Amino acid sequence: MQIGIFTVGDVTTDPTTGRTPTEQERIRATVEIAKKAEDIGLDVFATGEHHNPPFIASAPTTTLAYIGAQTERIILSTATTLITTTDPVLIAENYAKLQHLTGGRVDLMMGRGNTGPVYPWFGKDIRQGINLAVENYALLHRLWREDVIDWEGRFRTPLQGYTATPRPLDGVPPFVWHGSIRSPEIAEQAAYYGDGFFHNHIFWPASHTAQMVSLYRRRYEHYGHGKAEEAIVGLGGQFFMRKNSQDAWNEFRPYFDNAPVYGHGPSLEDFTEATPLTVGSPQQVLERTLSFQEYAGHYQRQLFLVDHAGLPLKTVLEQLDLLGEILPDLRKGFAEGRPANIPDAPTHASLVSAAGGGHDSTVYAEGDSATGTSDRAPEDPDVERILEGEL
Amino acid sequence: MKRIVIVSAGLSVPSSTRLLADLLGEATEGAIRARGAEVSVEYVELRPLAHALADHLLTGFPAGELSTALEAVRAADGLIVVTPVFSASYSGLFKTFFDVLDQGAIDGTPVLIAATAGTPRHSLVLEHALRPLFSYLRAVVVPTGVFAASSDFGAVAGSAGAGADTIGKRVERAAAELAVLVTASGGGGAAHDPHGHGSSRRVEDEFDNPTPFEELLRGARGDSIR
Repeated sequence: MQIGIFTVGDVTTDPTTGRTPTEQERIRATVEIAKKAEDIGLDVFATGEHHNPPFIASAPTTTLAYIGAQTERIILSTATTLITTTDPVLIAENYAKLQHLTGGRVDLMMGRGNTGPVYPWFGKDIRQGINLAVENYALLHRLWREDVIDWEGRFRTPLQGYTATPRPLDGVPPFVWHGSIRSPEIAEQAAYYGDGFFHNHIFWPASHTAQMVSLYRRRYEHYGHGKAEEAIVGLGGQFFMRKNSQDAWNEFRPYFDNAPVYGHGPSLEDFTEATPLTVGSPQQVLERTLSFQEYAGHYQRQLFLVDHAGLPLKTVLEQLDLLGEILPDLRKGFAEGRPANIPDAPTHASLVSAAGGGHDSTVYAEGDSATGTSDRAPEDPDVERILEGEL
Repeated sequence: MKRIVIVSAGLSVPSSTRLLADLLGEATEGAIRARGAEVSVEYVELRPLAHALADHLLTGFPAGELSTALEAVRAADGLIVVTPVFSASYSGLFKTFFDVLDQGAIDGTPVLIAATAGTPRHSLVLEHALRPLFSYLRAVVVPTGVFAASSDFGAVAGSAGAGADTIGKRVERAAAELAVLVTASGGGGAAHDPHGHGSSRRVEDEFDNPTPFEELLRGARGDSIR
């Protein structure tokens, strides 16, 4: 079981002090939080992706590479990578590079993005959201698996004899999760490829989660990747805890009441009942978290949102300390009654091993576009010789 | 069993809106029975759901009773909707309820529209505001809408001096029109597509019977919008 945190990097005023952090402070805080996550023994740090204020979650691979350089073990992931508005060619390049730099500590979570104006900013149309996710990911999937591709689609300029560089580390692409709250097409997509499915599981009733996860599991089996219960599922989650439960309620309430997304709406009491948000003692957070399996089945990844709504860095780090204290019990609880056939979430090491070992995936080429030799057709006999390293 | 759901947006207790809703409910029940069908009538009062509706606008999901009410409307074989007139249109509360209804929830559902106001000068609100709203929602609106001003209720109570076109007559006519549509349909509400209009797939259909990925992949290349 992988346990970690995810953040969208919101720059929000602390309602108890009226102070808003600068972008610089928020970006630095994000790095601190990620390093702390590794310190307390978490497995995953994920961030991304927004391209508008009040967020600092653009340019995710810059942030992740910087964190990767200062950590040893933690998996760097995204929450989410906008597969709709980001060029799949750039995703292929950026995350393969990140793999090489971090020794393979990389995976990604694809999302469509729900901010309407972002689509036209990037020359896209939100009404094509599902189609963009389907076509762009199909291209990305090939870019990481075929050294030279010819491709033509609806949303991007065609590619002829194109090689995305660097090639994935050890010839093994990063593992991919697909995230969606309510779109069955995305659960279907994740199942088709045998990729992971992640439900954000915050801000929404657990019934959405149960419905999407159940569809994904059923279709995962349908596409022959394994039994439904063996499908790769991740969930989000949100908590605020203090040793004394009432302290947690009192301290978190002003942040909740003024939060982006749900603030000035339902009461904290109603929202904790209607959604997976848990406010209370560490023991209560532990028990609620372990109850997610009742409707999601045995799953592979649990990520928590801990740093939003203007919570100061100091408070976030304290929350992580408390999470660190219940971490052994969380792991024990997740392991309890877990059948032996339930796989762990794939990692770079497990994927390399499944591929029969890693290999150098470098595409050795003798020229560049200036020499005219890089525009290769796959049937060009030179291509095979290049791949064999003869040229 | 034909399921009639009455959505009433009156704010005071008792309200003339609810009074009109009651008249329409009884008349519709009688008209459906007269056509030899079983019928159940249930009321969705929006006043107690006002907070939940505001929360839904902010959170994007319905809590508790609101969720039950939305589901009742979705599953109805026929709807009766009654709103007070506020600032020359339906009330904000009434509109909010239909704003948060899932897309396609009342595709093809027969609807009787009705409104109340202090003065008969608002009577065209049915044609200017309610009928276009329900046409947009792809419901089937019965020809007769029922508008009642305060003075109409006087005519009902003391029918002695009432003219030929009393509110009672209009209620009867509208209820009969709704009964014809409801009993003509196969029953079971929008999910069963009683009128065969809803060729578009609903979210529920996707969960029961998802579009295979190869088809999604082909669709992405075509001119479909998803």
